[in-house]
Amino acid sequence: MQVTLRIQRFNPDTDTKPYYREYAVEVEPTDRVLDALNQVKWYQDGSLTYRRSCAHGICGSDAMRINGRNRLACKVLIKELGSKITVEPLLGFRVIKDLVVDLEPFFDQYRTVMPYLINDEPPPARERLQTPEERELIEDTSKCILCACCTAACPIFWTTEWLGPAAIVNGHRFLFDSRDRATEERLAVLNQRFGVWRCRTIFNCTEACPRGIQVTRAIEQVKRRILFEQG
Amino acid sequence: MYHRFDAVIVGAGGAGLMAAAQLAGKCSVAVISKLYPVRSHTGAAQGGIAAALGNVEEDHWIWHMFDTVKGGDYLVDQDAAEVLAREAIDAIIELEHWGFPFNRLPDGRLDQRRFGGHTRNFGEGPVRRACYAADRTGHMILQTLYQQSIKNQVVFFDEFMVLDLLLTENGVCTGVVALDIATGELHLFHAKAVLLATGGYGRVFKVTSNALSLTGDGVAIVFRRGLPLEDMEFYQFHPTGIYKMGILLSEACRGEGGILRNGLGERFMERYAPTLLDLAPRDVVSRSIYLEIREGRGVEGKDYVYLDLTHLPREVIETKLADNTDFVRTYLGLDPVTDPIPIQPTAHYAMGGIPTDVDGRVTVDAQNTPVPGLYAAGECACVSVHGANRLGTNSLVDLVVFGRRAGRHILQFVQENELHPLPKEPDYQARAEIEWLLESDGDEKVATIRAELQEAMMADVSVFRTGDGLRRARQKLGELRNRYTRIGIDDRGRTFNTDLIEAIELGYLLDCAEAIVACALAREESRGAHYREDFPQRDDVNWLKHTLVTRTSGGLELSYKPVVITRFQPKERTY
Repeated sequence: MQVTLRIQRFNPDTDTKPYYREYAVEVEPTDRVLDALNQVKWYQDGSLTYRRSCAHGICGSDAMRINGRNRLACKVLIKELGSKITVEPLLGFRVIKDLVVDLEPFFDQYRTVMPYLINDEPPPARERLQTPEERELIEDTSKCILCACCTAACPIFWTTEWLGPAAIVNGHRFLFDSRDRATEERLAVLNQRFGVWRCRTIFNCTEACPRGIQVTRAIEQVKRRILFEQG
Repeated sequence: MYHRFDAVIVGAGGAGLMAAAQLAGKCSVAVISKLYPVRSHTGAAQGGIAAALGNVEEDHWIWHMFDTVKGGDYLVDQDAAEVLAREAIDAIIELEHWGFPFNRLPDGRLDQRRFGGHTRNFGEGPVRRACYAADRTGHMILQTLYQQSIKNQVVFFDEFMVLDLLLTENGVCTGVVALDIATGELHLFHAKAVLLATGGYGRVFKVTSNALSLTGDGVAIVFRRGLPLEDMEFYQFHPTGIYKMGILLSEACRGEGGILRNGLGERFMERYAPTLLDLAPRDVVSRSIYLEIREGRGVEGKDYVYLDLTHLPREVIETKLADNTDFVRTYLGLDPVTDPIPIQPTAHYAMGGIPTDVDGRVTVDAQNTPVPGLYAAGECACVSVHGANRLGTNSLVDLVVFGRRAGRHILQFVQENELHPLPKEPDYQARAEIEWLLESDGDEKVATIRAELQEAMMADVSVFRTGDGLRRARQKLGELRNRYTRIGIDDRGRTFNTDLIEAIELGYLLDCAEAIVACALAREESRGAHYREDFPQRDDVNWLKHTLVTRTSGGLELSYKPVVITRFQPKERTY
């Protein structure tokens, strides 16, 4: 089938502002949007610029707005979208070129939640013990691939300085890990003015997550934990 | 721009980050990565990481070592396999201490599952040896190691692509040249030690589980500098790729009880591996699938068979194989709970690569003479622990064990050695290549040449090979090499020029493909993943040896080095 891709373009070396360009491509209904982008880049216009790597929804490179929703281009099939497909960069980040955005601020926020296990007790000779039930608490949030779909879908993030859903998901992943010993420090970070309380439970993040993580629920669990620990 | 570090690591997958963890805070170290580190392809590994913990049933490292040696069809260097099997245990415990969220047993210890070719008591039957996190074990390794890098404040150069390796006239490694993708600027990294951890080159094949970025960058720059590559003819096809797309479905699907069925509904592995059945090593299973297809027993007479999980409990499929379930639902519109899944073998893993010793030092000859300051680890390296065919989960073991060993050796090396001066005009070659590509205006397209390369390799250099086919592939590669000199690219800018990147990557793919074909054509026997229809038997008398291929001004030259055999004499390999 033939589809028309309407793609937002911007090259900082030659353009003063972004514009849209349309490309007609021949694709199968079962092709990914990434396949269609590759068709354009490989056979029509080599200057089209986007990130991609694994092409099956695991590496998180190709997060972009597809018909207005944040998706991974390799995880949405043409048949879901019809014959006219609009592709734009994620909102809320500086555009470097075409669909490539500057994710440094995103990773800065990620780093502020201390995204690593903290436990200074001398480790045992073998594994630390953790029951399947304790492990289950971090099953959902440990799936995060840091693609930024959730954070870039959050209206609060577009207008206000705050941690954003992805950083909180990663904070949750360690806060609820039975092996971690830094609960107080973690809650202090998540409880600050730019922390969880800026969330207005809009659920855009949950809808956007290509890994199916219940992002809003994770944020709510962190809020509750703060209240309980303070009480 | 000029940078000076004690050590520079190229590649931020499992091997690179594991090495970085050994060096951070102890010497000055930088990690250069073509992608953001969390995008690395280690994250796509699914099913597990093996270690003889014996948590679920009796197990011993020597059984793991034996399985690795036999799985590799006795081309494995057994000193390296012993290191792998022994140190896997400690490495996995270390990952757990760093927070890796392994699946657990009811008593809180690490759970373990079955995987292809891993057996109890030297081949008696499958053993539960693979530790795992659902079916995203690689993702959790990558995340855990990146988390450690943040904790240890490792310096990263994200989205930098390596272009050249710098050696002095005396053959000492002094650094690398890399392109800052965002700005198009060349950077010189001057270092006492360089670790190449750039991953594989699956993109030489049309149907592959490998990321688009896996183009053999580190392997190619070593080759271009006249250093040898080892065992390039051994390339693994994983049995269960999603039909036509090549997306990997984990061996854990079969580890949890999944069965392969042909078009007649038969469990055809009964014919080829009566003991291990569907959990035979990958080379055996992939060949069996193709034999079924050739004999007309593919599904509806086509070139695929089924992976059948429909007899497994829904809960196992949806929790222990959650990502695989998601892939099947997303890309095929099928539900593995009720539908058999169409699969075909998919190009997956390079057993060959840059020759190293067990400390990650790159070596250049049959005597294992090291290149001072140059290291390699992970899929780009050939230790050789995988020999002619890698066992499932052993790639992740390889990353953590040999990434760690390389890191530790580098630390000692940079403490004991001085920084050597850079060669004259160190970035000359890289600059010339970039300028040529940016000005290229020929009528050949990168994508067209790449597609023809992938087609040719798939047709004649995949699971079944013949002398005629390999010669045909060699001729085709020669033609493509020629056409590559007449390419033209569209994007001439400096900023985030991925048109330029893809052109450079195609050059790397051509290098890798030529090396594979030359080695495969010379090896007139069948061993592990290298199956020659015109030489269907393993030939230990003439071919129990590693291939080394070197590029010289006169073309590709082959030489050989002996296999290290310590505990296990080669035997007939049946499953």
